[in-house]
Amino acid sequence: MAALSEFRVLRPASAVDAVRLRGEHPASRFIAGGTDLVPNLRRGLVSTDIVIDLGNVGEMREVQRSGDTLRLGAGVTLATLAADPTVRASLPALAQAALCVAGPTHRTAATLGGNLCLETRCQYFNQSESWRQGNNYCMKLAGDTCRVAPKSSRCYAAFSGDVAPALLALGAEVELLGPQGIRRLPLAELYVDDGMRWLALGADELLFAVTVPLVAGRVSGYEKLRMRGAIDFPLAGVAAALTRDGEAIGELRIACTGVSSRPEFVGGLDALAGQPLDAAAFATIERQIKRTIQPMETTTVSVPYRRRATPVLAKRLVGRLWDEAKRR
Amino acid sequence: MKTLLTLSVNGRPREDAVAGNALLIDYLRDTLGLTGTKQGCDGGECGACTVLVDGEPRLACCTLAHSVAERSIETIEGLSHEGNLSRLQRAFHEHLGSQCGFCTPGMVMAAEALLRRNPQPSRDEIREALAGNLCRCTGYVKIIESVEAAACGSEVPA
Repeated sequence: MAALSEFRVLRPASAVDAVRLRGEHPASRFIAGGTDLVPNLRRGLVSTDIVIDLGNVGEMREVQRSGDTLRLGAGVTLATLAADPTVRASLPALAQAALCVAGPTHRTAATLGGNLCLETRCQYFNQSESWRQGNNYCMKLAGDTCRVAPKSSRCYAAFSGDVAPALLALGAEVELLGPQGIRRLPLAELYVDDGMRWLALGADELLFAVTVPLVAGRVSGYEKLRMRGAIDFPLAGVAAALTRDGEAIGELRIACTGVSSRPEFVGGLDALAGQPLDAAAFATIERQIKRTIQPMETTTVSVPYRRRATPVLAKRLVGRLWDEAKRR
Repeated sequence: MKTLLTLSVNGRPREDAVAGNALLIDYLRDTLGLTGTKQGCDGGECGACTVLVDGEPRLACCTLAHSVAERSIETIEGLSHEGNLSRLQRAFHEHLGSQCGFCTPGMVMAAEALLRRNPQPSRDEIREALAGNLCRCTGYVKIIESVEAAACGSEVPA
């Protein structure tokens, strides 16, 4: 892999200082664990003159529970998240998703915020410079055509973070810190369906924290399809959160990853509330997921397979959670 | 531009002038000459460069040297004591956990972190802890047996 280009590292001690430095240096990049950014810098997929290291910002590594809300600093590592007792007991989808990311040596460094802001991925983009040059580049970097959809005017690189769908299913909000202070928005509004500009994050904003409601009686989980049991990014990932009223569905929330340029919350499931989890309900789940997702040739694994496998993952997961909710 | 980096490597405090864009693996191998840490895939996919940062396994090829300032780094060179292999290193030697040897420093460091956290891991826990480390010789069975041997403390001749 190529050597890193020349850049300076700034190490602010507070989030406010980090945002100020970002405003002063528009071409800079934030770095936390570095497990996504460093390989991308080395492949020449991203470039920067100044790296703002968030490693000294202790306030971003805090986990706080207040009442029925858990607040997670964006700098909490995925290993910490997966081992946190409150997360494991009340937000299992989040613990399972964090544990599914890459391998254990990545998760000790990789952070919640980094996984939520993960660079979108594509088999035509995540390659060496010589490979991309031989293919005359692509729209996401140095080219003008999307290789997976050549007639399209947009890029279809896939969002491949595991944690985002879990947090969408759990109804999380994000706190963004900018020069004017903090603004909060639902996690779904952080994302845009575009492989090149997938984050609605201002140029001088920092993803500071995530808040997740703790809902009594809710069960949740995450299922991931990948080539190997570790290291790999998802070919498809599904998170679900469910409550049960006796033999009827109370609430069902599903979100997917790896099958679109943003993590997708699956709409149209509200009508299932009050209904039994029967064949008709499973058919509705399958139909709504297929309406929502748009897998493209961003991986070497075929599009029809990922399109068929995603609702299968969801139905298995919902069936498992349904039984789990009954035992409660 | 080089700036001063202060940290501890294998228990020894250090101060070195290091470029902002230097990776931890380059600092260890090129500046300090600690070539036991291997450069494998060079993109965070194989685990050959695993070192310990404050006791936690980290990938030196994905870590900027300056991001571990003031931290304590341990490499494979720090495990032996006065020329004697550590218990884990001896177990890898006696149980044939090393074939070509290229993945071995990373495997040993990842396993070392596991055994400090969990001195009696199950076979599944060992497999999970080493899930980010690839062996191109595919000698996984012997590697796991080596970690098990070190964990259960079976007497291995020095």
